[in-house]
Amino acid sequence: MSFDHAKNDWYAVADAAALKAGPYRTKLLGQDVIVSGSLEKPDVRDADGNPLPVQAQFSHVWTTLGDKPRPLFPIPEGDEEGRVLVPCGVVRVKCSPLRAVENFLDIAHFPFVHTDILGTEDRPEVVPYKAEIREDVDEVWATQVKFFQPQAAKSAEGGIVTEYEYRVPAPTTAVLYKTCPPKPDSLDVIAIFVQPRSEEECDVWPWMALYDEGSTYAELVQFQQEIFLQDRSILENQRPIKLPLDPKMEIPTRADMTSIAYRRWLKRRGATYGAMLVSA
Amino acid sequence: MMDFTLYNYVLSGNCYKIRLMAALLGVEYRTRAVNFYPGFEHKSEEMLALNPAGTLPILTTGDVVLTETNAMLAWLALNHDPTGKWFPAADPVLGPEVQNWLAFSSRLTNSAGLARLHAILQWPVDPEAVGKSALKDLRELELYLTDRVFDGRTWLVGEHPTIADIACFPYVALSPDAGLEHDGHPAIRNWLYAVRSLPGFVTMPGIHELHELRETADG
Repeated sequence: MSFDHAKNDWYAVADAAALKAGPYRTKLLGQDVIVSGSLEKPDVRDADGNPLPVQAQFSHVWTTLGDKPRPLFPIPEGDEEGRVLVPCGVVRVKCSPLRAVENFLDIAHFPFVHTDILGTEDRPEVVPYKAEIREDVDEVWATQVKFFQPQAAKSAEGGIVTEYEYRVPAPTTAVLYKTCPPKPDSLDVIAIFVQPRSEEECDVWPWMALYDEGSTYAELVQFQQEIFLQDRSILENQRPIKLPLDPKMEIPTRADMTSIAYRRWLKRRGATYGAMLVSA
Repeated sequence: MMDFTLYNYVLSGNCYKIRLMAALLGVEYRTRAVNFYPGFEHKSEEMLALNPAGTLPILTTGDVVLTETNAMLAWLALNHDPTGKWFPAADPVLGPEVQNWLAFSSRLTNSAGLARLHAILQWPVDPEAVGKSALKDLRELELYLTDRVFDGRTWLVGEHPTIADIACFPYVALSPDAGLEHDGHPAIRNWLYAVRSLPGFVTMPGIHELHELRETADG
């Protein structure tokens, strides 16, 4: 069953800001959970008050509902000296948690949804890139992704060809590495930690680990929030609501190679919470 | 030359009203990003000193500090619209009508605006109550705009778009963010199209550009 697979993953369920006002009630995989304490000393309980496993990573509190959880993936860049860690709060979206991840992996929509920020309509081409399932780490990776961006980051001055790498270390987490405008030999890290409230609704926690000395914290958060909220209305209108894993149901193009790899990877590991296996 | 400073939050419909009006009038300004969420910076000491109400946007220019969105729209129109059409303040018929719709826009902030804040950012309000009053406000607007269409009019007041249209536009346009779709409101859809096709129109997240009309608008 899809829940049985999903319950053994770790999920972000709070950040420091969410805990400021006292215990934070939320939903995970259809179940009520209550997060309290602080990022340093977090506590997560189910509706009956039983403690759940907990750890603090990447500026968030993580928990799992399973008794045999898979280890939480590392994001080593988060510990690098000089990076600003930017938790961006939480945004609720009425969509499948898997659709939220898949949208984050897509570049073809940049010129049309993130016009004049992450793409321009006169340069919509997605040049061939490489997408693969890396067996040694059991993650989906897309590499050699290049795209012209008028405002690639808050720190960018004018348009640049941005290089991207995408990584899916868990079914509801996507991490991207992209050219850091003020520090061209390093990569900015931007992730979304998707907390599935149900198969058709999620809370999304965007998080960044950047090199940026010129922007205020408010500017960095707003840059990310603006982009994510441009996606939100699109995500809420995607049909079918659940992500189809039947390859006959939607016709992909070359630009969708990451999505094809992601769907294949979900299917083979049985990560079907928020997915549909056969056409309805 | 920058004409004013806008204390801005990118997802706020009220801040967007000022960005939109300034863009339509070609007014340049500087922004100061305020971490409304998740930082609640609008309630910080520095911000409360500027605006005791603890709300956004805030507009400063010279010694003037404006903290009410509708006052900012009035300031923009009265200082930067030489035609006087965007805010016919002294017109005995149109002036009061504009004021009436400015007040209606504040109702929208507290109904559709709050419903949206709840849907996106879990704002602590009763979602059912604000959803209900949002729907009531949308229906009232739909009825009025339908009558206007029968009279051959496009805008809320008079023959030209006014600050009343700009004040009411964002939270109506953004209502699908809270699941309040426009499908059942054809007159509203028509009016939203009209606003989006204004020369100089700018977007915000959740309000898209009018791609289908772009060619006509440019050519």
